[in-house]
Amino acid sequence: MFDHSLSGRERVFVAAAWVFSGLVIVFLVLPIVAIIPLSFTSDSLLSYPMPDWSLRWYRELMDSPAWTRALKNSLIVAVGSTCLATVLGTLAAIGLNRRSCPWPILITAFLTTPMIVPVIITAISSYFFYSRLGLTNSFAGMILAHTILGAPFVVITVTATLKGFDQNQIKAASSLGARPIYAFRTVTLPQILPGVVSGAVFAFVTSFDEVIVALFVAGSQQITLPRQMFSGVRDNLDPTIAAVATLMVLVTFGALGIAGLAVARRRRKFKP
Amino acid sequence: MQSSTYSTEPELRSGNISGLRRDFAAAERRQKTGSLLLLLPLLLFTIVFFATPITGLLFRAVHSPEYASFFPNSTEHLQSSGSFNERFYETLFLDIRSSDEARTSGRVARRLNQDQSGFITMVKRAVRASRSAPEDITSYQSWFLDLDDRWGEPDYQNAIRRAVPKFTDFYLLATLDMKRGETGGFEKSPENQAIFVNVILRTLWISFSVTMICVLLGYPVAWTMANASKKWRNILLLGVLFSFWTSLLVRTAAWVIVLQKEGPVNNALQTLGLIDAPLQLVFNRFGVYVALTHILLPFLIFPLYSVMVGIPKDLMRAAKSLGARPVRAFFSIYVPQTFPGLSAGAILVFVLSIGYYITPALVGGPKDQMLSYFIAFYTNNTINWGLAAALALNLLVVTLVLYSLYQYIIRDKRLRLGGDDV
Amino acid sequence: MTHLKVPTVIAAATVAMALSATASGARDLTVISWGGAYQDAQRDAFFQPYQELTGQTLIDEPYNGELAKIKAMVEVGDVTWDVVQMEAPELENACDEGLLEPIDWSRIGGQDSVIPDAVMGDCGVGTIVWSVIIAYDEDRLGSDGPQNWADFWNVEQWPGKRSLRKTAKLTLEAALMADGVPADEVYQVLATEEGVDRAFAKLDEIKDHIQWFESGAQPPQWLASGDVVVTAAYNGRIASAVEEGRNFASVWDGQLYALDGWAIVNGSPNVDAAYDFIKLATEPENQANLSNKIPYGPTHVDAIPATDEAVQSQLPTNPDNLQNALPIDTLFWIENVEQLNQRFNNWASQ
Repeated sequence: MFDHSLSGRERVFVAAAWVFSGLVIVFLVLPIVAIIPLSFTSDSLLSYPMPDWSLRWYRELMDSPAWTRALKNSLIVAVGSTCLATVLGTLAAIGLNRRSCPWPILITAFLTTPMIVPVIITAISSYFFYSRLGLTNSFAGMILAHTILGAPFVVITVTATLKGFDQNQIKAASSLGARPIYAFRTVTLPQILPGVVSGAVFAFVTSFDEVIVALFVAGSQQITLPRQMFSGVRDNLDPTIAAVATLMVLVTFGALGIAGLAVARRRRKFKP
Repeated sequence: MQSSTYSTEPELRSGNISGLRRDFAAAERRQKTGSLLLLLPLLLFTIVFFATPITGLLFRAVHSPEYASFFPNSTEHLQSSGSFNERFYETLFLDIRSSDEARTSGRVARRLNQDQSGFITMVKRAVRASRSAPEDITSYQSWFLDLDDRWGEPDYQNAIRRAVPKFTDFYLLATLDMKRGETGGFEKSPENQAIFVNVILRTLWISFSVTMICVLLGYPVAWTMANASKKWRNILLLGVLFSFWTSLLVRTAAWVIVLQKEGPVNNALQTLGLIDAPLQLVFNRFGVYVALTHILLPFLIFPLYSVMVGIPKDLMRAAKSLGARPVRAFFSIYVPQTFPGLSAGAILVFVLSIGYYITPALVGGPKDQMLSYFIAFYTNNTINWGLAAALALNLLVVTLVLYSLYQYIIRDKRLRLGGDDV
Repeated sequence: MTHLKVPTVIAAATVAMALSATASGARDLTVISWGGAYQDAQRDAFFQPYQELTGQTLIDEPYNGELAKIKAMVEVGDVTWDVVQMEAPELENACDEGLLEPIDWSRIGGQDSVIPDAVMGDCGVGTIVWSVIIAYDEDRLGSDGPQNWADFWNVEQWPGKRSLRKTAKLTLEAALMADGVPADEVYQVLATEEGVDRAFAKLDEIKDHIQWFESGAQPPQWLASGDVVVTAAYNGRIASAVEEGRNFASVWDGQLYALDGWAIVNGSPNVDAAYDFIKLATEPENQANLSNKIPYGPTHVDAIPATDEAVQSQLPTNPDNLQNALPIDTLFWIENVEQLNQRFNNWASQ
């Protein structure tokens, strides 16, 4: 832990930095962890000490049509927008990273602006625009809007993997007679797959955690999990919220773990 | 210029150079077309479903067609003569009558009321009175003034004058607490409408404070991570990533729960005997600072860390061996090298926080709401879409300016989002 | 190959599915109410019986009285709410602006079947009499907590946050009553510029002590969690919390009461189903059933006798509860709601 060339005084500083960093990490992690036990309370109040352990709030969750419908809606929207964003984003990233692509920096900047424009602006402009097309209060509208938010992540992550990709491999493949699509499938895709997968994960999580667009574009039949949570936190804060939060933490980390494993396996396979 | 290189090649000199060049250009064009074809789907998608809606929104900031569309008679009168004479009141009466049938008077009243409070009541009364008005009104002016004196007052007449044109700077000026006076010059909005400069300053101030807190908390963490052994680095990184990847709503909900009057924090402080009565920790500015810092801190730590990892360790040693005192060496040699990461992270945090909506809405009180809240509020609760659009325009401009600055700073490739270490 | 095809196929399928769902246009009857314990009670008394009777799905969603949402829906022609429960002034204003369907009373049993106030303009069918009362937790304050609005303002004797509804309506009246205006003069005072200034000046006194509530579920929850020491609250929500074992006191002195009504959104594709629903929700036994679950007053003339004896004493219209009570003046608020809310919101955000 300590560098032996340090003087006594410096060690004090280093130790202080360690303690401070530890506390900051605790600040980052503890509040999230603290609500997990609360989801198992038998009381209807969200405070310690808990009178008893119980699965009451999880049962309540499973029995509530509002929450199960919200979960289903969230999955439809997240899967739909992730697929769309991944396909569009990957293609665009490959196009952008060809040497022949005109104005790559400008186009990348444009394609990634949805990431930086405050979501409230995206949300209300979609609300006005979609309502004229009859797309508000529809799954299609939600999927389209979430695709806009998710695609930039795919462009960025795929671009990052393409940077290390030697374009001459494609030339070599085609000089050996490979058709472009075949070359893409056998040469490009396996190597950029980690980027595609992590982009897809980003896009999925973005959609699965999105509430502002859902507040404006979704109708009563498209209420998503985050939006249901938003009204829960605002209007009716009970331990079901803690139970949903716990489940969402599990789902997020499950998805991340799977993606992480997949990427790690691919990397091992393709790195010499 | 390239042709000169080629021309030195013996076989090219003997061949048909222009033909080759044509082939080369054709191949280049094909390549270019290929790239564009790959790009096109997302490009078109983004133009149609992102750029167009935003342009449409910004258009609303300067578009106010209600009065001219639904009160055409008095619009025509004011545009031709511009005076509030008997003829004006006559045309106004006609407009009120026809808009009552079309049920559009409410929209005009709302538009006028956005400018001058009181019009909703005035128009509503006029509409109801017009239903039972006699056939032969001798003076329309006195008919209106009998209903309500305010129909004759300059403040109200100016509001009508401002509402007539289809394109207006009314909303944009309103976001700066200004309006146009009778002669078209700028003047300050009345006090109970002049809230937006305050809101904009508040938004900037909250974002700035959150950025500073993030810098103070994040710098030591990034430094420790960059200088730790691999095992410890991963443990710290895991902590940051855990928080980063947890749903935004889960984190916000967690803070509301944890900071409640009888939540875990107050419980702990009371058990430890540090306080007698529970503290108010949420639904106020404190809650906003805590929750926003928690959410945005990773955005500062990651770029800072990736810069710090690249700074050679022996640099500090070299400085010290040359006689620099440790603290001084740290601030004069180490810190400046982290500036690119620090400024990129800080701008990122600032940009993200000025646009935040969910977190302040859930953990703040009414005096802690930022621009985004008002954009949503005017869209949803008072249906003042012009003002919402004008506020959105302000927010967008600030965001894009800062984002360009960010792009300029991260020309350094190590900081790019989506690098291997993020 | 599978890597690319699978997501493409799923994407195409999802988009196609979603688009077809929009194109068909048919959707379930959507009823909007005030959420929380009240909507839970409505679910038992109205929504479930409706689904059992008709075999049709009914979707219920909470809102916090955002009239503008209906305006937006009707203006852009994309109506996704069918039946909405609204407060009287907002309902009549919306009716004036063409946002609601005029009610054909012959389809729901005629105007004589309900109390006179339940005929709310052209577009509303009164469904409950509700009231805003003062409530506090006896476990914390004992039984001698704040007894009227003046006490509510007394931050010395009862320090801590107090909660009021984040609207001009109810809040301005409460402020004037706290300032000593008798209930029957409140609207005369409020009709003048000086009266409004007086109400805001009174509110300024406790501005930093107010935690605004926007949904009816919040006040009992904040009382239980100790976030507020005393609150304005809907009487039914407090009664529900008491039912669940909370030791909350309801102060009826200076209560403000009014009617809420059902309205059908103009352009709703489910007008027939909406009438079926309103008819069912106006039946005396169903109304009595609701009042037994949460003590809001019914509007059908035959419903009060059908409610439990114990519940009747908790209804806003019970004579014992009408001391210094203020009926909310619908006409006053029809004319003034938008501009007083504008001033109120600007005041609250500073």
